[in-house]
Amino acid sequence: MKPVKQVEGRAYPFGQKNVDTDVIIPAKWLKTISRDGLGEGAFETVRAQDGNVFDDPEYSGANILIAGDNFGCGSSREHAAWAMDDMGIKAVIAPSFSDIFSGNAFKNGLLAIALPQEAIDRLMEVAKTDPITVDMESMSVTTPFQDRFTFEMDPFRHQCLSEGTDEIDLTLAKSDAIETYEKRIDSAQPWNNPQAA
Amino acid sequence: MTEPKTLYEKIWDAHVVDQRDDGTALIYIDRHLVHEVTSPQAFEGLRKAGRTVRRPDLTLAVPDHNLPTTARLDANGNKIPIADPQSAAQLEALEANAPAFGIEYIGASDIKQGIVHVIGPEQGFTLPGTTLVCGDSHTAAHGALGALAFGIGTSEVEHVLATQTLQLTRSKSMEIRVEGDLGPGISPKDLILHIIGVIGTAGGTGFVIEYRGKVFEEMSIEGRLTVSNMSIEAGARAGLIAPDQKTFDYLKGRPMAPKGADWDAAVTYWKTLPSDDGAKFDKSVTIDAADVAPTVTWGTSPEDVVPVSGHVPEPESFTDASKQDAARKSLDYMGLEPGQAMGDVAVENIFIGSCTNSRIEDMRAAAAVLEGRKKADNVKWAIVVPGSGLVKVQAEKEGLDRIFVEAGFEWREPGCSACLGMNPDKVPAGERCASTSNRNFVGRQGPGARTHLMSPAMAAAAAVTGKLTDVRELVK
Repeated sequence: MKPVKQVEGRAYPFGQKNVDTDVIIPAKWLKTISRDGLGEGAFETVRAQDGNVFDDPEYSGANILIAGDNFGCGSSREHAAWAMDDMGIKAVIAPSFSDIFSGNAFKNGLLAIALPQEAIDRLMEVAKTDPITVDMESMSVTTPFQDRFTFEMDPFRHQCLSEGTDEIDLTLAKSDAIETYEKRIDSAQPWNNPQAA
Repeated sequence: MTEPKTLYEKIWDAHVVDQRDDGTALIYIDRHLVHEVTSPQAFEGLRKAGRTVRRPDLTLAVPDHNLPTTARLDANGNKIPIADPQSAAQLEALEANAPAFGIEYIGASDIKQGIVHVIGPEQGFTLPGTTLVCGDSHTAAHGALGALAFGIGTSEVEHVLATQTLQLTRSKSMEIRVEGDLGPGISPKDLILHIIGVIGTAGGTGFVIEYRGKVFEEMSIEGRLTVSNMSIEAGARAGLIAPDQKTFDYLKGRPMAPKGADWDAAVTYWKTLPSDDGAKFDKSVTIDAADVAPTVTWGTSPEDVVPVSGHVPEPESFTDASKQDAARKSLDYMGLEPGQAMGDVAVENIFIGSCTNSRIEDMRAAAAVLEGRKKADNVKWAIVVPGSGLVKVQAEKEGLDRIFVEAGFEWREPGCSACLGMNPDKVPAGERCASTSNRNFVGRQGPGARTHLMSPAMAAAAAVTGKLTDVRELVK
């Protein structure tokens, strides 16, 4: 994973609540064995509607998405994060996220930033005309109009994103602890391993 | 005296490999179920990094999402090729990846094949007190057996394959206590739809839910699986129901469950798992079982529920402006009018299946309604998709398949099928489906498809009358 320091650019003022993963990427796009190219199917049902923000030339090249509560609810498909990344979105700002989506976003360096609804309302306004900046070091979202909203982030995720840590490498460095755990369980609860079917 | 603990805390504490100062813990994963949709990129990642699967013996692979539910072998026992090249490629990838990494693979024509969340419990792969993951959000189902089970993304699938652990922060705990008894003819599906209606699709975000009360103690394991399965529809990562004698009776003798002296030792341990008296939950919700009616959905979110005897809500009846707007959009998509009686809504399609409702009890409940009856003329397409080959065989032994076929249903091969339409089973645009699945999202069962979620008995009743129907009127 590449380190993420800052995301700056225009934002899609999408605003919808309960955006589920079937909306972000419909199931027919999940039949791929690659992580790439999913941007084409991103928000397909939304983009089929006239006047949608994603095809509005005003927001061409936007790299931030602003949405409502409970963004990314539904399935565990990481394709949702891959599709958004592939269409160029590097940060989503919403009042809340589903647990699985925020985890998937984190693994792909896609920032899922939670801010209160009042901040979202203000950013929806700004997004119509001006860029927005998400800064990881100061943990803040700012606008050219001196708005400044600070956000919180799980310290582990903040560190991994800021440093571009490969989480598997990080865990493999704990291999001794994993082995010790396995030995302890094997001797205390030998029945815990599955029997051959 | 140690502090009283919840079931969730006990399982969590028993699986901590390493605790970081920032609150993140490295948690050991006892069981990993793998299917074809969310795993190819994970195996590819392992290959690129030159990594192996740490514990193939704790991993079980089975195809389910893409498989057609029509015959898989021809008259000569040869595999029938899969028409969709992308589906075929994804299925072939799993068939190749599993043996390449030493993982047990249950193939498409194996009698044990089925939906991951049906075969885990069925094979005794799922055990109380274990941590279980799968690249699928409905992994929450396995919590019905007292396993801490949750869905993960593909990067996490890769992480578990490589390390048999996950870096996690502890969730908050929520108790959903159901008081009293469910009325006659009220199913576990009605109960969980009602619960989601009460707490909302984001009500469980950040929480692990433990379902408590006499209703769950008296509920079968199949019913508990239906309830826990839809925890994710309330936003919760996992659901839990304390293991008890019913759980042990269900698991005893299952192929992958402990045997002999191991079994006795396991049961002794499992009996220590239920939440202690006085254990504290971060949030408690009480539901009166008497409030639960035969329930259906009217909108495009699982929280959009109403008793089947009720009416399509007026968007203005919601206090929140954005919910009003969402309700208008939902009604437009669903082709419904505010105030319309749910009992007047005609359906053209019936789907009985999915990881929520495809177990033997679900088959029995639907067949009991359909016995000696036929589907209405306006119902064009009605399919039953058992959750596994073993469920299918059991149902056939009981003669349920004949009841379905005589009623005008198609009796299919196991898989996820029309729950999400990754295989050829889709609901046509603009048509309605009375469905026993778990999500009524826009386009979920096919582009433009209109889904009404309900129990198997209610879906069977809708098939008979051709419209949404209170099953209690048919089974008196």
